[in-house]
Amino acid sequence: MPDAVSLAGRLAVVTGASRGIGAAVAETYAAHGANLILSAMSNTAAVECLGEELSGRYGVSVDVATGDIAHPATASALAKLAFSKYRRLDIWVNNAGVLIDGLIGMIPDADIDKTLATNLAGVVHGIQAAARLMQRAKAGSIINVASIIGRFGNVGQVVYGASKAGVIGATLSAAKELAPSNIRVNAIAPGFIDTDMVRKLPAEKYGERMRSIGMARIGTPQDIANAALFLASDLSTYVTGQTLGVDGGMVI
Amino acid sequence: MKDRVNKVFLEVIGIDPAIDSEKLVYSEIPGWDSVAHMALIAALEEEFDCMLDMDDIIDMSNYDKALTIMAKYA
Repeated sequence: MPDAVSLAGRLAVVTGASRGIGAAVAETYAAHGANLILSAMSNTAAVECLGEELSGRYGVSVDVATGDIAHPATASALAKLAFSKYRRLDIWVNNAGVLIDGLIGMIPDADIDKTLATNLAGVVHGIQAAARLMQRAKAGSIINVASIIGRFGNVGQVVYGASKAGVIGATLSAAKELAPSNIRVNAIAPGFIDTDMVRKLPAEKYGERMRSIGMARIGTPQDIANAALFLASDLSTYVTGQTLGVDGGMVI
Repeated sequence: MKDRVNKVFLEVIGIDPAIDSEKLVYSEIPGWDSVAHMALIAALEEEFDCMLDMDDIIDMSNYDKALTIMAKYA
C-alpha cells in the first residue's frame, strides 16, 4: 500500500510560517517530503533561517517570501512564485493571523480593520490565488486556520471571533465551489495552543483558559501540524468543507 | 496567438470565435458563466504557460478583450 501520508514531490505554501503553528506545519510537511514556499509578514530573518534549516534537514526545496497577507498582491506573488518555479501547487495553508483583544465599546477602528484584513480577507486572497493554480491540475488541498473562538465566541474577542467565524464560512463556500475541481477546502480550529500569542496573556487569564481544557494540557503547534498533515495528505482525499477542532476538549 | 485563443474558447465555451465572436460576452450566453470563466482562465493560462493578473481575469468580459489581454502574455 502506498504511503498515504507522504507529501513527496508536492508543493505547499504556508503563510505565517516564521513561528508557532506555521513553523510547525512547515516542518511537518518538509519531514514528509513536501517542497515549501514559506511566507511571513516581516520576520524575514526567522523565516529564512527556518527555510535553510528545513532544506538542510529534510532535503526539500524551500523558498521564502515576505509580505502582508492583508494585501492581495502578497498571495498573488506567492502563487506566481509557485507557478514560475514549480508549475504546480498542491497544498496552501492560510495560517497568518493576528490576535487583538478588545471589549465592546473600546475597540479602535484600526484594530477592526487590521484583524479583518489579515485574518479574513487574507484567507480569501489565499483561496483565490491557490484555487487558480490548483484548478489546472484538478487537485489540491487548501487548509484555513480558524479558531475555537470562531466556533463558540469569547469575551473580549468580538472582532477576532468574527474574523475566524468568517474563515469557517469562507471554507464552507469555497469547498462547495471548488469541489467539482477536486480541490478540497477545510479549516482547523485550534483551541489554546502554546504560541507567542497566548504567552502574552495575564497569568490569571492563562490559568482560566487552562482549566477549561478537558485534557488538562495546553495544545502544541505540533498538535495542529498533525491535523494539517492529515488534511494535506491522501488520508483525507474525500474530506472537504469541514472544520476540525483541535482543542483537547476545551470548553469556552 | 489568435488561433490559440480561439482553440481555448471552442474547447471551454463551446463556440468557435472564428464563426461567431460577437456572441462571446461573459454572462450573456449560457456557456460563459462564472464557473466557465475560471475554466476559461485556467485553459488560457495552460495554453500560454502563464499566470494572469487578477485585474485581467476580471476585465476579460468578451472575446475581443480576451485577445487584447492574451496578447500581453503571448
